[in-house]
Amino acid sequence: MSFLSVSNVHHTYFSKEAATEALQDINLTIDKGEFVSFIGPSGCGKTTLLSIIAGLFEPTSGSVHIENQEVYGNKDLSIGYMLQQDYLFPWKTIEENITLGLKLLKQEKKSFTNVASSLLSDVGLPPVEKKYPRELSGGMRQRVALARTLAVDPKILLLDEPFSALDYQSKLKLEDLVSNKLKEYGKTAVLVTHDIGEAIAMSDRIFLFSARPGKLHQTFLVPEELRTLTPFEARAHSSYSSLFQTIWKELESLE
Amino acid sequence: MNNQKLHEQFLQSLRKEKRWVRFYQLLILIAFFGLWETASRFRWIDPLIFSSPSKVMNLLIDNIADGSILVHISYTLFETVLGFILGTLLGAILAAILWWSPFLSKVLDPYLVILNSMPKVALGPILIVAMGPGMGSIITMGAIISVIISTIVIYTAFRNVDANYLKVLQTFNASRSQMFKEAILPSSFPTIISTLKVNVGLSWVGVIVGEFLVSSKGLGYLIIYGFQVFNFNLVLMSLLIIAVFATIMYQLVELLEKKLIKSE
Repeated sequence: MSFLSVSNVHHTYFSKEAATEALQDINLTIDKGEFVSFIGPSGCGKTTLLSIIAGLFEPTSGSVHIENQEVYGNKDLSIGYMLQQDYLFPWKTIEENITLGLKLLKQEKKSFTNVASSLLSDVGLPPVEKKYPRELSGGMRQRVALARTLAVDPKILLLDEPFSALDYQSKLKLEDLVSNKLKEYGKTAVLVTHDIGEAIAMSDRIFLFSARPGKLHQTFLVPEELRTLTPFEARAHSSYSSLFQTIWKELESLE
Repeated sequence: MNNQKLHEQFLQSLRKEKRWVRFYQLLILIAFFGLWETASRFRWIDPLIFSSPSKVMNLLIDNIADGSILVHISYTLFETVLGFILGTLLGAILAAILWWSPFLSKVLDPYLVILNSMPKVALGPILIVAMGPGMGSIITMGAIISVIISTIVIYTAFRNVDANYLKVLQTFNASRSQMFKEAILPSSFPTIISTLKVNVGLSWVGVIVGEFLVSSKGLGYLIIYGFQVFNFNLVLMSLLIIAVFATIMYQLVELLEKKLIKSE
């Protein structure tokens, strides 16, 4: 039995003007510890699918299970979700931001300071617990957001284009960091991105979606030699560009 | 060294500008009262109606000496502060209820519009009959004049909170009350403060009109009494006192703003 399974998911958005079918008959499974990416043209419903996996709303039909538990409405399941921007709360200190999830889960307050400082050093930041988000750069803030996500020890990490708002250098560094941390903690992760290179460099498997309505078009397996490398090293490997070409052509044919 | 010198020069030019601003502010103040006094002395304006600063000052000194004005000031101030706090607090609570139940907010929407457009001071006579001609009805006037507009403005702020903050909380399985406490309320603080600023002025209006109607104590009573016995020294004195205290209240709210909003 796989770790995460998406079965027969359909989703339709309703507005006064129309009912728009965002996802049509999505079936996929992800193994424990696996890193997968969703890519596809805009409007292919990849973010919708991610939100459904996160249990943020219920699909029109079908279901998502993590370790045989239904995701939607399940309060015991902890899921880490990283967004395009860091969405750190500007009126909270870095420590309060990192431990927000713990506070909401009503955990022992005494341990918070330790958790925050060990997570900060874990994501490669100096001790900035008492600072406010506005005092940090964009790359540092996204690292804090990662620490906030990891603090609750989630079963699965959902990454919604978390690197797309960063400058190129920060983006490459953060890709390496996230990939490292996830391997270290043995976390399962799903990345939504529009960057083919990023998907290849980070993932074990890549799901390509086609648009209107969103359907699973093709699955690519990232070759073993790339998987063992860090994202930065993978970008320089010879099999990187050949996979890039294949996916690029497939993506072109969809538009 | 050179940089330090340039910085020193920059600071000096800032100080110089500030001094000039203060100078012109003072000049306007002196010119206003000077012109008023002169115009009244030379009968360019009718001193019976427009009084003069010296007459107002003399009256004020007399009234402070016999202690009568302090009673009036404390009554009005107490009513205004209480009406102001009640109005804003009630507005915030109502806004929270509307945020809690989107259905209720849809149902109540037209009624809020009606209540907001209606001139609340017109309710004065009814309040006085219902609650008796006392402090209670005056404080109520000070509060109802600001409660609906506060509700509308604060509720709008609640709704405009970036949904992604709520998404972050939702992934931590936060309850609705946790979302309110962690995201909705703190990110609406700037709006709540600016409502407070508007409400300072509004609650003075409510209380003064209330005192006009009840006519027993307070600065509003002094104004209406001065008008009835044609003593415009009294009217203008009360007006100046109101201006001073309303300004102080506003400054206090600004002080609160600086304390509360540290993230900016």
